[in-house]
Amino acid sequence: MIGVINDKCDFCGACVAVCPVDSIELYEARIKILKHCIDCMLCVWICPIETLAPLEALAEQECEALTIV
Amino acid sequence: MRSAYDCIVVGGGPGGAWAAKHAAEQGASVLLLEKDREIGVPVRCAEAVGIAGLKAVIEPQPRWISNIIKGAVLVSPHGKEVLIASESAQGYMLDRKIFDYDLVQIATMSGVEVLTKAYVYDLIKPNGAVQGVRVQHMGKKVDVRARVVIGADGVESRVGRWAGLRTNIKLKDMESCLQMTLSNIKVDPHNIYLYFGQDVAPGGYLWVFPKNENVANVGLGVSGEFAKTKSARKYLQEFIDKRFPNAAVLYTVVGGVPCAPTLKRIVADGLMLVGDAAHQVNPISGGGIVTAMLAGQIAGEVAGKSLKTNDLTEKSLGVYARQWHKREGKNHERFHKLKQAVYKLSDNDLNNTADKVLKLDPKKRTIGNIFKAALVHHPSLILDIAKAFFK
Repeated sequence: MIGVINDKCDFCGACVAVCPVDSIELYEARIKILKHCIDCMLCVWICPIETLAPLEALAEQECEALTIV
Repeated sequence: MRSAYDCIVVGGGPGGAWAAKHAAEQGASVLLLEKDREIGVPVRCAEAVGIAGLKAVIEPQPRWISNIIKGAVLVSPHGKEVLIASESAQGYMLDRKIFDYDLVQIATMSGVEVLTKAYVYDLIKPNGAVQGVRVQHMGKKVDVRARVVIGADGVESRVGRWAGLRTNIKLKDMESCLQMTLSNIKVDPHNIYLYFGQDVAPGGYLWVFPKNENVANVGLGVSGEFAKTKSARKYLQEFIDKRFPNAAVLYTVVGGVPCAPTLKRIVADGLMLVGDAAHQVNPISGGGIVTAMLAGQIAGEVAGKSLKTNDLTEKSLGVYARQWHKREGKNHERFHKLKQAVYKLSDNDLNNTADKVLKLDPKKRTIGNIFKAALVHHPSLILDIAKAFFK
């Protein structure tokens, strides 16, 4: 499962565009990763500012603003 | 807001504004929905536009223009500068905040209604054909019906996906972009600078677009293929640390630019896609303002005419797809082919190209001739270059 650091995110939508299973929702200032995420990593790779990462990696950074739905 | 319109446009960028305006001019009732609270903000753009291209869609107004660009300087990996000063390289630095705002304002003068902070979360399509949108606005969920919906909802387009069109993009065709507006720097205010090379921006380029001699949009795009191992942020930070160590950062913005050919299907029953949502960006430059407005204009007109004959089927709306293909889509296919070949070139090939082009008469230093020199070992692409640049 992929997680987002909403504090870091610029809400540009690049991750939504590459997501092959339509599992990312983008609001004005909020990103949601939906349950049917297949962990393909495309969103993690395309993000220009390293906002997304596998949850395990994020937990290590003690990020506060994880959004998982 | 009414409960039904002839046409709903999702997205208030240049493509959406122009689609809305042209549909309204055909007599359609039009509602434009924008998810953000204000039209024109945030600016997700490097803000440079060709003069000839802009004039083809609208008469430029002084208040949109922050700087006039005389030429483009291409910088090779070994630092050789190739100046292109032909007419096709002349441009404006736009103030997109004011520009986008004005385009929507112009559209409202044709009767277009606007709703901001309106998040479209689904389509109404009871029997396959799109018949409206489901909107979240001010804490309420509302269904608004439309005879035709135009999705101008950007690179992240989900309107298309809900209608069954595949709008997602391949990683290699997506440019992972980051830009900072830098101040307290010293730049050439008359020319835009494009830097190429594996160390600078693999599978893309880095740009320095001056607003004046002390302020510039400095950013880059890295192909998703390469962003895998090193992010756009790291590439840009390295360049800025080296070139502009004393810069102050006035604004940072992130984005994905779809540098691909236009989507195979950009219309469905009751639905049309416009702009980044349809992948109507020039795949070589990454420029998408004028192309989106052009597509918006065609889409709006076709929507208006289809409304009059009450035929909103994919077949009827397909006139838009065909006209777009003839006008720009065909050329974008060639550009995409050339882009792929150019991004396979090594730094050494790029250096040799720069050396070769610098020997040409400055009058012959056109984009077309540069591509010819760069792809001299790709004879199969000669015809594409000729058709793309020497029409």
